[in-house]
Amino acid sequence: MVNKLFEQELQVINVGLSSFAESIQQTGGKSLQLDWRPPASGDRGIGMKLALRVNDPQVEAANRTAHERFLSAQPILMGVDAARNAIPNLGERTLLHAGPPIEWSRMCGPMQGAMIGAILYEGWAKDPESARDLAAGGGLHFAPCHHFGAVGPMSGVISPSMPVWIVKNQDHGNLSFSNLNEGLGKVLRFGANDASVLERLQWMGAVLGPAMNAALRQLGGVELRPIIAQALHMGDECHNRNAAASSLLFKRLTPALLKTDLPQSDLARVLEFIAGNDHFFLNISMACCKAMLDAGHGVAGSTLVTAMARNGVEFGVRMSGTGDAWFTAPAPMVAGLFFPGYSPSDAAPDLGDSAITETAGIGGFAMGAAPAIVQFVGGTPQDAIAYTREMYHITMGVNGGFTLPPLNFDAAPAGIDARKVVDTGIAPVINTGIAHKDAGVGQVGAGITRAPLACFEQAIANS
Amino acid sequence: MTTSQRMIKNLYRDSVSLMQFSEKLRALEGIQQASAVMATENNISLLVEAGLLSGAVPPSPNDLLIVVEGRDESATTTALDAAEAMLKTKSADTGEGGVRRVPPRSLEMSLESMPSANFVLISTPGEYAAAEARKALQLGLHVMMFSDNVSMEEEIPLKQYAREHDLLVMGPDCGTAIINGIPLGFANVVRRGDIGVVAASGTGLQQVTSLIDRFGAGITQAMGTGGHDLKSEVGGITMLQGIEALAKDKATKVILLVSKPPSPDVMKNVLDKAAKSKKPVVVEFIGADPQTITGGNIHGVKTLEDAARAAVLLSKGKTVKKFSNTLPARYKSLVKPAQKKLKKGQRYIRGLFSGGTFCYETVLLLSEALGKVYSNTPIKKDEKIPNVWKSLEHTVIDLGDDLFTQGRPHPMIDFRLRNERILQEAKDPETAVILLDVVLGYGSNMDPAGELIPAIQGAQKIAAKAKRNLVFVGSVCGTESDPQNLSRQEARLREVGVILTDSNAQAARLAAAIVGAR
Repeated sequence: MVNKLFEQELQVINVGLSSFAESIQQTGGKSLQLDWRPPASGDRGIGMKLALRVNDPQVEAANRTAHERFLSAQPILMGVDAARNAIPNLGERTLLHAGPPIEWSRMCGPMQGAMIGAILYEGWAKDPESARDLAAGGGLHFAPCHHFGAVGPMSGVISPSMPVWIVKNQDHGNLSFSNLNEGLGKVLRFGANDASVLERLQWMGAVLGPAMNAALRQLGGVELRPIIAQALHMGDECHNRNAAASSLLFKRLTPALLKTDLPQSDLARVLEFIAGNDHFFLNISMACCKAMLDAGHGVAGSTLVTAMARNGVEFGVRMSGTGDAWFTAPAPMVAGLFFPGYSPSDAAPDLGDSAITETAGIGGFAMGAAPAIVQFVGGTPQDAIAYTREMYHITMGVNGGFTLPPLNFDAAPAGIDARKVVDTGIAPVINTGIAHKDAGVGQVGAGITRAPLACFEQAIANS
Repeated sequence: MTTSQRMIKNLYRDSVSLMQFSEKLRALEGIQQASAVMATENNISLLVEAGLLSGAVPPSPNDLLIVVEGRDESATTTALDAAEAMLKTKSADTGEGGVRRVPPRSLEMSLESMPSANFVLISTPGEYAAAEARKALQLGLHVMMFSDNVSMEEEIPLKQYAREHDLLVMGPDCGTAIINGIPLGFANVVRRGDIGVVAASGTGLQQVTSLIDRFGAGITQAMGTGGHDLKSEVGGITMLQGIEALAKDKATKVILLVSKPPSPDVMKNVLDKAAKSKKPVVVEFIGADPQTITGGNIHGVKTLEDAARAAVLLSKGKTVKKFSNTLPARYKSLVKPAQKKLKKGQRYIRGLFSGGTFCYETVLLLSEALGKVYSNTPIKKDEKIPNVWKSLEHTVIDLGDDLFTQGRPHPMIDFRLRNERILQEAKDPETAVILLDVVLGYGSNMDPAGELIPAIQGAQKIAAKAKRNLVFVGSVCGTESDPQNLSRQEARLREVGVILTDSNAQAARLAAAIVGAR
């Protein structure tokens, strides 16, 4: 090898003083200047740990396995059932929430509001005051959705009686779950819990859920990746924009619903409800991503990121090779645009399990396909493409099933490698809604944020 | 505070671009709140709730409603006019611009834009250098670590990994190398030829390669090992790899090794490896007795100049005789005229060096000729200069010592410290000779003569005022192809009276002869 070097053209990557790169070029050599900064925020121990894992044969092999399992997943939307029936081992007095674990006292406003709503919905308390006492009193079990194969947008609260989507990964056999999207405005996931919210939840449990289940039985399940693939060609990135995917699903569900024996009045309200919500597909998109990523989880030594999720206080990351551990950092604020009458001072920190979409290579990672989204931070379609291009540098590969027309139909970047995030300092980009910091106000804006690098640094430190 | 509104008929914009647009309106002079929405029932009620609309207006979803709250009516009217104008002009972003690209941020990422890269040059702060080197090696790339302050605990595993994978780690603290004719770090532009060099010292490598060029020959490769390589802990891993590579290299006819004397076990391994190369090997272990090294294909020499000279002779197929330890005849004639300039009390040499090995070689040669020589890099402990800022008798200072480089560039780049010291020595009535090194090449100052001349002239003026003369002796390490150009630099220094020799060793000998018996 040393002698081979003498026979090759010298091509130098220069790390440090840029004058060295220049003098190499002045003397006829080839050099490339690295835009270097100390990796791992200057932590030498993590920096060396990272270095030892770069191109390490064992890590590479583990990552190939994890990445292949993730990419070969075939999530099918199977049906809808109450969480207590659908989700294995969900305890009776268990309430699931978005993000990494958090106890009641530290939950953000919208999450506490949603918990109170869920308690009232379950009939465990008769008014918000006693619901709050019950929650604070320790009689309930709070756990992350992720610990049960589930995901939920914003506060992500799932209680045993709530209907959940059931997604099965045909390839690997694993299941994933998500609650049903309630629409915009005063909704539980933003912490609203008044009578209108509870009434809608009751209807969703009693009518919408069974109707969806019946339609899906008619269809024998719906393959989800083709819907996402098509929506990416129609301007969605399937996180912050689900207009196309929701319409595509509506097209599939409607004829099937008509074949069920649902009463005409229920049918009308169900169709109206779906048609009136451009984010109806979001929760399904999330469950699809969760099913894909769970297939890649649990491969020893792998640095594939299998979850990014926020509870409104902390941002958490899970990695394939580190089992159930969460690596957390304070949840960032979201840079974005605000609805009329609201300002950044109204915003809660980043919240929700929906960053599972970015983890799986859509959402912010596919922004190039959804230029409308980039306007949230005053960007151009070129910026949208640039965000996607940037994400190729921190992913293990691409998802050939998801192609992006504005990028000449290049396959979308897929599978975040924690090593690459720490080494480049390029943080995963996330498109997201912004919740009001107070319970029940709802969404106040939308924008773009970045996952905190500290989470990935901790993941490498513990790898 | 005034609130005004305007409905613009039949103008549709999506909600995201309207939110963005509202932000722009809020930034207008005299405006506190602004909102532009499609006039749907829902949006109108939102505006009423937010207090921006005093009462509901009839919904008209195809029209665009702008509401602004500002200082007074003139401010809100101006803002509404501006808003309408902005909405009706075409967007300036026509998408002509390209997509912004991220510059490479990691070694792995660099390989995306330079897939055939085979070498990494690292000059980060020392605390991060080992990690970068490790990544480079694991990616199959050869490494030069210019960075210093890397511990041996970090150096050893890097070099072991490199050896196992047949990769090269030059350094840490490797200032100089020339690979495939390309100067790396601080290095001279040296003609290509058939002499291969491995050196543990940066300025040592610069001196031998520059002199090879000056003597009309050239090099194949010049590899640096870094200063720790030949300690027994490291075991000379890089030096041994370098010798082996040069032994295998068809273009290399002669091998030249430069180092301070290694520890005995390492020395044995190095000489064994050299013997096995079956090529003539010139060995300069600075300060060791050449006779203890010579034998078979190995030629031990005493100075860096002799090393270059021997290598050039061998490359031309000539035999190497024993080199003289005395000043060559062409310099001898310069001794008397210089001595005549000096007064009786001017007795001492003051050597001010930018190159560590130049300083070390000078201390060795001067002590041989003159006895006691004080220095910050002495050979004998009791000759350590008590105060580095003040010369004592014969004093030779390495201004590249960490002590002097805290918070300022290396003296090969920044001449201020050396220039100040030149003036300080000129004031001392005991100073006879000011001895200097001048290093050219990439990395060094682009006009060292230009930096030194004002100080030399200033020193001469100080001496003249005290009715004295000073003798300046020095050597320029460089080549005609260096960006500074050797002849031009030498000519300018001679113009101001500096006596120049071809090599550092001869400069030391000449200085010793001038202050010696007279």
